[in-house]
Amino acid sequence: MVKTTPFYPRLAALSETMLWKHWSGYAAAQNYQFSTLFEYFAIRSGVAVFDTSPLFKYRIQGPDAESFLAGVLARDIRSCPPGQAQYTIWCDSDGYMLEDGVVLRLSDDEFLLTAAEPNLLYFSNLIGRRRVEISDISKEYGILAVQGPHSRTVLAQLTKTAADLPYFHVTQTKVAKKSVILSRTGYTGDLGYELWIKADDALAVWDALMAAGTGYNIMPMGLWALKMARIEAGLLLLDVDFASAKHAWVDGQRETPLELGFDWMFRKLGGEERPFIGRTAIENEIKNKTSRWKTVGLMLDWQHYDQTYENLGLIPPKDTTPIEEAHSLYDAERNYLGYATSLMYSSLLKRHIAIGKVPPHLSTPGSEAYIELMIVHRPQYVRANVVRLPFYDPPHKKR
Amino acid sequence: MSEKYDAIVIGGGHNGLVNGAYLARAGLKTVVLEKRHLVGGAAITEELKPGFKFTTFSYALSLLRPDIIQELELVKHGLMVLPMPNNFTPAENGDYLFLGADSQQNYHEIARHSAKDAEAYKDYWHDIKQVVQAVKPLVDSIPPDITSSEPEELARLASVGAHLGRQNPKVLHLLTRLLTGSAADLLDDYFETDVIKAAFCSSGLIGTKVGPRSQGSGLVLLFHKLGYFDGSIGDWGFHKGGNGGFTQAVARAAQAFGCEIRLNAGVSEVITKNGEAIGVALQNGDELYGDTIISALDPRRTFLQLVEPRDLPTDLVETIEKFKFQGVSSKVNFALDGLPEYPTLPGRTDIFRGFMNIGPTVDYIERAFDDAKYGWYSKRPYIDCAIQSTIDPDMSPPGKHIMSCFVQYTPYKLKGGDWDTERENLGDTVQATLTEFFPNFSDLVLHREVVTPLDIERTVGLSEGNIFAGEFMGPQMYFFRPAPGWNQYRTPIKGYYQCGSGTHPGGCVMGAPGKLAATQIWGI
Repeated sequence: MVKTTPFYPRLAALSETMLWKHWSGYAAAQNYQFSTLFEYFAIRSGVAVFDTSPLFKYRIQGPDAESFLAGVLARDIRSCPPGQAQYTIWCDSDGYMLEDGVVLRLSDDEFLLTAAEPNLLYFSNLIGRRRVEISDISKEYGILAVQGPHSRTVLAQLTKTAADLPYFHVTQTKVAKKSVILSRTGYTGDLGYELWIKADDALAVWDALMAAGTGYNIMPMGLWALKMARIEAGLLLLDVDFASAKHAWVDGQRETPLELGFDWMFRKLGGEERPFIGRTAIENEIKNKTSRWKTVGLMLDWQHYDQTYENLGLIPPKDTTPIEEAHSLYDAERNYLGYATSLMYSSLLKRHIAIGKVPPHLSTPGSEAYIELMIVHRPQYVRANVVRLPFYDPPHKKR
Repeated sequence: MSEKYDAIVIGGGHNGLVNGAYLARAGLKTVVLEKRHLVGGAAITEELKPGFKFTTFSYALSLLRPDIIQELELVKHGLMVLPMPNNFTPAENGDYLFLGADSQQNYHEIARHSAKDAEAYKDYWHDIKQVVQAVKPLVDSIPPDITSSEPEELARLASVGAHLGRQNPKVLHLLTRLLTGSAADLLDDYFETDVIKAAFCSSGLIGTKVGPRSQGSGLVLLFHKLGYFDGSIGDWGFHKGGNGGFTQAVARAAQAFGCEIRLNAGVSEVITKNGEAIGVALQNGDELYGDTIISALDPRRTFLQLVEPRDLPTDLVETIEKFKFQGVSSKVNFALDGLPEYPTLPGRTDIFRGFMNIGPTVDYIERAFDDAKYGWYSKRPYIDCAIQSTIDPDMSPPGKHIMSCFVQYTPYKLKGGDWDTERENLGDTVQATLTEFFPNFSDLVLHREVVTPLDIERTVGLSEGNIFAGEFMGPQMYFFRPAPGWNQYRTPIKGYYQCGSGTHPGGCVMGAPGKLAATQIWGI
């Protein structure tokens, strides 16, 4: 049997569609309702809950935990004081991206890290003589992401600390008399929180959350709604927008943090003496300008898109389900430029959007690329323009 | 006091705002004048009871042209259209038809009533969509002037003919049936089950003095399928914060393009000089001057009230005098203490996340129309309900709800009565009808707002309370909206234009008249 998360008994009862995907061996709902857009718009206009428990979770603890993480993570963890959280990445020694995740710093010497893939062995092998312990706590906790403009109002009914927890901060508190770790984080680009809940307390906290959210139409959301939101937020997804360098066969499959748009993590690199895995390669890439790609937002030309379909006698489809397979990008003369992932029609933005990889000299906003679409069994080329990521960044996200 | 504008738009309804936004975008110094304290016309949201947002008049979105969303950058200014794919039609025996976003589930739901109907459902939509695609270019362009023998107009007419000539004859035939026939006849060709026909024929009567069996209801049905939700033809959505949220977004877009919006600025007349419009006089006595004056008001007010009829050709005055308004729709909006319960679906709330049709059989709806034919409002009205707070939690306080009920038939002119006397009786009739289907309904009512055709006319200005600024009927559409020879947004008075829903293509929150008028004025 496929594994289930601690919230499954409640989630299964709420699933109209019974569409479950296997995510790291766990049943994870694609959607709950027949209209995925109800779930999606709960993120943008109400409050939605996502069960993100299948993520791998690690506790990294000990007097040398900070210096250890400063050396294995590419982003400087020393800039994340206790009580704060940080989105981070880790690379191989050639400066290629391995994975990303979020670190919660609970105290000077205790960190929690989420990852999409197993990383216990990888991190443990790097401890060396440092006084650090890494434990896999994946099964100890369930995680709920409570996301949307009403998430604060709903959570504040359960714990007052939610009311003024700043963006990317973390605290330990109680919900329904159960100890939880509450962080102001998420994968939607909206106002949102994540709750780490002991597996045994999962249903009690779930019930309290649903009761608090009833008046705000709280609802669970599945993977599709989450993915729609994360594309608009310009947040990358492993195995869709990039591959881990670890088990790639050729460098063509690998990408560097700079190519993926994480150059902002390295702006202060010159002023710090922090050795970390991949540093030399990243410095060389910056110095020699050897990035092959730039990750950009692509917005398809709505008129050209509609005309392309209408000229073929079709009604232009506006499918809000993200397409995870890549599409090729060309210039106006049909020379290959790069590729696009995560193509979808954004119901919010009323445009087709995608995450593009284009040569750096064609990455300035406004640059043009043509995306190849198969329409009635033939390739067609629809104009798109480079835009800055994220596509959607509401002021209430950080407020 | 006098100021000079390039363009002065009279009326801050959605078409006036769209028109003003396009003109300002083209670089014209533009002002939109709104008589009320808020823009939006019949697309407004009002907080009549603290925390409860009432969509006083129009209450959903579909026909809004997608190009306007893009060209006016409405998303940037706050456009957010929430989906409402569900559709619930109670039957009279406790049964129901409940359709949603999943076509396979819809098959089974219809098949519960008739397997043949379930199969026909797909055929029906495929056929309707083909007709919509065929007429779309005509909807979204300035129609030809058939009274003109100018080469440009003859060419325009020829291109319409050529476009229709390229269509599949089957599609043209269905188009003709829709334009001339009844909704009930059309639905009889596809379906055998009454509740299904009743659910689908409602689009054929919204806002119009026709019953499902009246010739002409097919046209109304087609018109209501001309819209989209995310490219899906005929689907509807609900704007965050109600349709007032939508018009506020358009107003912000207009202002971002440099358009000025003046509130509490009712216009008493258009000032003309030597047969040319040169400005407007406001009700407060101020005068504004401009090169182009555009009326977003309905044809009666545009031609018979804002200007002197004596300055217009007699034929036009006669046509406008005869232009049918005859509003038949009311709104009854409720603040509710909780959600109603349908006896055979206890505890189910998904049935409210979309439209709810109170019109269980075609006979029921036709009988509701019968009352109106003889001058009274329906004893058991057809009601199109939406509990928008189930889609947008910001419409009501937590745990409470807001319900918008569109009611037919309620003729503007009552025989032997008047709306000031009958207003609350209508509210009682609607409440009683809803209680027939949802027994706990009356217990939930915290507040009620009744908006009769007379109230629509008084508040918004729409003549006789017609929600489309003029009936949808063959002789009042396309070549003839609002009058032959004056269907291209011009008027006989130089510099005086029209851009309201009384022009092509017509009413609903569509924006097309406002945009096409701007195209005519400035070649945008």
